[in-house]
Amino acid sequence: MVLNMGPQHPSTHGVLRLILEIDGETIVRMRPEIGYLHTGIEKTCEAKFYQQVVPLTDRIDYLCPMTNNLAYCLAVEKLLGLEIPPKAQWMRVLMNELTRINSHLVWLGTHAMDLGAMTVFLYCFREREDVLRFFEMVSGQRMMTSYFRIGGLALEPPLGFFEKVKKFADRFPGNVDEYEGLLTGNPIFMMRTKGVGHLSAEDAIALGACGPTLRGSGVDIDLRRDSPYTGYENFKFNVPVRSEGDVFARYLCRVAELRESIGMVQQALAGMPEGPIKADAPKVVLPDREKMKTQMEALIYHFKIITEGFSVPAGEVYSAIESPRGEMGYYIVSDGTAKPYRVHMRGPSYANLQALAKMCEGQLIADVVAVIGSIDVVLGDIDR
Amino acid sequence: MALAPPITDIELLRSHPALAGLLAWNAAAVQAVKFDRDELTIWVEKDAIREVSAILRDSADCPFNYLADLTCVDWYPSEPRFEVVYHLLSISKKERVRVKARLDGSSPAIETVTSVWPSANHYEREVFDLFGVRFTGHPNLTRIMMPDDWEGHPLRKDYPVEGYR
Repeated sequence: MVLNMGPQHPSTHGVLRLILEIDGETIVRMRPEIGYLHTGIEKTCEAKFYQQVVPLTDRIDYLCPMTNNLAYCLAVEKLLGLEIPPKAQWMRVLMNELTRINSHLVWLGTHAMDLGAMTVFLYCFREREDVLRFFEMVSGQRMMTSYFRIGGLALEPPLGFFEKVKKFADRFPGNVDEYEGLLTGNPIFMMRTKGVGHLSAEDAIALGACGPTLRGSGVDIDLRRDSPYTGYENFKFNVPVRSEGDVFARYLCRVAELRESIGMVQQALAGMPEGPIKADAPKVVLPDREKMKTQMEALIYHFKIITEGFSVPAGEVYSAIESPRGEMGYYIVSDGTAKPYRVHMRGPSYANLQALAKMCEGQLIADVVAVIGSIDVVLGDIDR
Repeated sequence: MALAPPITDIELLRSHPALAGLLAWNAAAVQAVKFDRDELTIWVEKDAIREVSAILRDSADCPFNYLADLTCVDWYPSEPRFEVVYHLLSISKKERVRVKARLDGSSPAIETVTSVWPSANHYEREVFDLFGVRFTGHPNLTRIMMPDDWEGHPLRKDYPVEGYR
């Protein structure tokens, strides 16, 4: 029998349609159908100036806007050969780890709710609200932040920001204990997740899985440690790896990542350097408001960047970072003009989706919900 | 930080693990190389793409066992029009390499690499859908993003950004 699951199914976390061939309750074959959210962002990018693409990147993976901003900005900065001042780099790490916490909290809440644990959802969204308030403080936006710009940051963090983050960071490990108290030893949760959706390390690599899905299968890889970007080499953290390869292993990996992230937030707060937040490149980075109003030269640069963009030397780069879901890569081809010739976004959810069929085949229909939750799909990231 | 000029001399790059294996296997399959902004690009013969992929994946000292990304660039109106781009990662050695194959615009087709990296399946379908490049031997070459009855391939450069009205 063929069963159609989605696209309007609450547990598919968006508009994912799964076509299940079933024998009784057991899944024989699964085929994901995607494209319901396809908006042609890659095509749109080709018609925009480089700096105008930043807000588009928020909208790909809407749960971790800052990591997308970062991946894009790093790629363009690599094309330009721009050097980013240390304070901007540390702020980027700080905001990135807060983004990871934000994204993992949404995942943990919805994943637990899919499996029937309502309380965890409420707890997670309570803490997520704090993180969204931090985003609002620095950028004025809760979700579509566009806070990282080519060459640095959009704005200085406001007064009192670091104190508030510090308070949150001191409290948060206790909150993670709360979530773990509700789930990790919970017999119902363990029965729904242990041994379900198994993916071996060989299959995970062959099928292109990435991020916690790959680490949950025992492959020790994390781009923050293996090819450090934006100053991650200054931070101390562990990469949680589990060898079981089931839904529970991926759950443990992500929860451990929450603790590692908050550790990095603490390190970033303690070591935050002083200095400028934008690179010294007047042709690329918009001048300060104050300078623009008092200096003729700054006004000219401002006018030129806004009206005709800035040209980027011809070439191509692939810049990958570790987003909460795995390897988020930007492949940008420049032909020397002010608009990118080609922008390709390598979304981690798109890669993980291919492993979904392998994980679900032979399982029960009810387990599909658990498996989808465990790879943490974001359909905006898949369809682009 | 000034940009260093790209290196295109194959002799200077010979020691890179990806290139060494390929040259030892069949130097004629490598058309050109470029080392720019710390990234190595290798242009290979399009007819040899599956063998090249297998050599890179099975290399003893640096196996590129992970296909990070597969996409395409349209250089309309110049010929050869399409460039299929493979981004490879070696999980054990943390090395990356970019492999490219050039295709003609008239009837672009290249052999699939799904037999080497099963993860190529969705990426190749995406390139087929949005660029109209056919992958011969692909197990299920159908549209993935656009509706099945869509006309045209949106990411081609001669396709208007606003679409056809």
